[in-house]
Amino acid sequence: MKTTMTVNGQVRSLDLDTRTTLLDALREHLDLKGSKKGCDQGQCGACTVLVNGTRINACLSLAVMHDGDEILTIEGLADGENLHPLQQAFLTEDAFQCGYCTPGQICSAVGMLQEVAAGLPSQETESLTGPISLTDAEIRERLSGNICRCSAYPQILAAVRRVAGATQ
Amino acid sequence: MSSVKDWAAPNPITENRSGLIGKSVDRYEGRLKVTGTAPYAYEVEPPAPPAYGQMVTATIARGRITHIETQAAEQSPGVLAVWTHLNVPPQARRGERLNPRSQRPANPALASDRVEFYGQTVAFILADTLENARAAAEKVEITYAAETAVVDFLASLDQGELPPGEEDVHIGDFPKAFAASQVTVDETYFSPIQNHVQMEPCATTAWWDGDKVTVHTSIQMVKGGQHALAETLAIPSDRVHLITRYIGGGFGGKGQAYDDLTLAALAARAVGRPVKVAYTRQQMFHGTIHRPAVQMRVRLGANADGRLNAFALEAITHCARHATFTEHAANFSRNLYAAPNRLTGHRLVRMDIPHAGAMRAPGEAPGMLSLECAMDELAEKLGLDPIELRLRNEPDVDPETGKPFSVRQLEQCLHEGSQRFGWSRRNPKPGQVRDGRWLVGMGMAAAIRGNFLLPAKAGLRITADGVLTLTQGMTDIGTGTYTILAQITAETLGVPLEQVRVELGDSDMPPAPGSGGQFGAATAGSAAYETGMVMRRTLADLATGDPRSPLYGADPTLVSFANGNIALDNQTETLAALVARSQPEGVYVEGSISPAADARDYSQHTYGAHFAEVGVDVVTGEVRMRKMFGVFAAGRILNGKTARSQVTGGMIWGVGTALTEANTIDPRFGSFANQDLGTYLVPVHADIVDLDAIFLDEADDKANPMGIKGVGELGICGAGAAVANAIYNACGVRLRDYPMTPDKVLEGLMAKGL
Repeated sequence: MKTTMTVNGQVRSLDLDTRTTLLDALREHLDLKGSKKGCDQGQCGACTVLVNGTRINACLSLAVMHDGDEILTIEGLADGENLHPLQQAFLTEDAFQCGYCTPGQICSAVGMLQEVAAGLPSQETESLTGPISLTDAEIRERLSGNICRCSAYPQILAAVRRVAGATQ
Repeated sequence: MSSVKDWAAPNPITENRSGLIGKSVDRYEGRLKVTGTAPYAYEVEPPAPPAYGQMVTATIARGRITHIETQAAEQSPGVLAVWTHLNVPPQARRGERLNPRSQRPANPALASDRVEFYGQTVAFILADTLENARAAAEKVEITYAAETAVVDFLASLDQGELPPGEEDVHIGDFPKAFAASQVTVDETYFSPIQNHVQMEPCATTAWWDGDKVTVHTSIQMVKGGQHALAETLAIPSDRVHLITRYIGGGFGGKGQAYDDLTLAALAARAVGRPVKVAYTRQQMFHGTIHRPAVQMRVRLGANADGRLNAFALEAITHCARHATFTEHAANFSRNLYAAPNRLTGHRLVRMDIPHAGAMRAPGEAPGMLSLECAMDELAEKLGLDPIELRLRNEPDVDPETGKPFSVRQLEQCLHEGSQRFGWSRRNPKPGQVRDGRWLVGMGMAAAIRGNFLLPAKAGLRITADGVLTLTQGMTDIGTGTYTILAQITAETLGVPLEQVRVELGDSDMPPAPGSGGQFGAATAGSAAYETGMVMRRTLADLATGDPRSPLYGADPTLVSFANGNIALDNQTETLAALVARSQPEGVYVEGSISPAADARDYSQHTYGAHFAEVGVDVVTGEVRMRKMFGVFAAGRILNGKTARSQVTGGMIWGVGTALTEANTIDPRFGSFANQDLGTYLVPVHADIVDLDAIFLDEADDKANPMGIKGVGELGICGAGAAVANAIYNACGVRLRDYPMTPDKVLEGLMAKGL
């Protein structure tokens, strides 16, 4: 089935098996292997990408559902040689070890900060309608869909904090 | 053979003139990882479009395949091959070794009609796409003749036998001393089956070039994987080129080759094109190894002053029916506390379940969950602070062998941690601190983990541009190997870090034993250091022997290396200039390390102390970690940042151990009840609050020339026990059955009328 998506700013046209997930389309058809397959069933978050600005698990979505969508993956975050501030912060804070969950963590953090800016509450948010204070607990809660078995959580928090600023 | 006395001499690492040793430099391969451009095994670009393999696994614990219906799968779109034990290409028999020097024997896939565990590979699909392979795999129909299987560990404890070649260790007269002790503890603790759950499932990309196969696979041991595949295919090992550059977590679970490697290689040869095979997340649970359950009985007998008179730790564990792996949960205790009368040993139950194997700190990780809680229980009976109890039982020499310790800073770890954590805030009486619906408590535990040095080699090349490239058949499973090897090489040769490259994970490179047992940094790093020293001598000879060098005619043993230069007095030139002029094709050397003959004269370990604060929800029984702090002593630290990450990661494994991680066997099928990340619960971000660790200054000159030791496993050792002890201090419920899930806590709370 013919599908056209904008991936990291480039229009990409594919003729795909309808069973192909967005994750496998990226990895096996578009040579974008930064999005990782950790569980292929939406439980680990390693495949997190941004679709039209919202983070999703690419393994839980069929590629043909994304005709006309804008996809942003880990490969699209840096500006040439200049790393995205979150990529640089992960490097500085040693917010990863094996690196396999890292693209998903970073994409998830990008999406999470946008959600907070848009006023979307989480389980940790005090008021569902008021402004959101980006506490450490908010960050931890909002990134809990991304498992890191190396358990770099304290370092990931520090990296996100480095970009998001001190507790508001 | 070298002696530890040679290692004590000053050298470029211990002098650390550039300050690179210990420096918290960013990960060498970090940029590739944060940009998603580090290719893991399944992501390597093969020379031609690949075919995709999918494994089909058994659904019984023990028995025989009586029929496999493959026709529907064979006729499924895009299918290139369907293999079962009836038509898989020839392989060597399991356990066979053509080359007696092979580190691993043959490990065939689909070898027979026998099923020895649930989840064993019983069929294999090869198709043009992953979707077609997966669809065809659903169409394979298998009929079994199931046989009675032993799958219930707790019901089989009396079947435990001594592990092959082992005896219990008796020192003094334990039974008599225990009976005569004034204060005793006699309790049994249970640590369940645990799974590694590396984020990257095992995967292989394979292709053939003539009679030589190239395999990119996710494995911790390069030589072991290469040899296993060569033996399985019955070809010389130099016809297997195994590459493993980036590995998405190992933790011991990738210490060996699995069927993805074998089947990818076989299939690529059969269809004449590259093949990719990966385990699914669910298949990982059964198809690879797990940490076995361990039941541990601890008996402590003390005098009224808290000094241990009698000590026993007896562990019963399990492994697959025809295997020998033993979780040595009692071993660590042989080196920890003083007690004149001692008994330690293991029993092994053979079961018809998947293979048990090494998982992060095998032995210590479950073992310390028992003793470090028993010490807490003893401290309470004695009315002693748990730290004080440990201090009173600090041995002067190894309590079992009588050997001197190389260096032992357990006391310092306890003191430092106590102060930094604020242990004095702890109320020794349980259940006294309330914060809303939470009961809050603190616990601590000691940590000990052995230190090892294995033989290893490395290669080092310098090119005319002055760039040094270290090559080693070593792996980096997230531990920081690339980074520390770059630091060691740069410091040894006196060049800036930017002038060093590191290439790892290739069977064509000088071999190192790989990542495991927290021996990686010390072993691979010492080989890198020795190779750097060979390069120094080679370059010194080159310069002093070249009439065009300003150092010509000088004594090569007196030259120094700093700032990218080779120098003597005020005569100097850059390494780049020297090589470009004197040997423009570059200089390549190899070096090696092996254990010192007298290293075994010392009892050598890494140590630490864990401190934990938890809250127990009196309504739900939920336990939440509030704060955790670890102090560790593990020799000279090569990189403050990556070393800290190793131990904080280990501590978080301890939190998972204490609170959530467990697998159980479904008695009907011999399968694991938990087969994914929604049911096998590892810690997630929200579970981990305020956790940090520090290292004490240390150098262990009995360990290796650099005085470094391993840190990869130390962090988990004892961590879960500190959490368990904090739960007791919080609410007075003493649980001995890990993990301490809300149902167990709640039962305890209700029994106390809370």
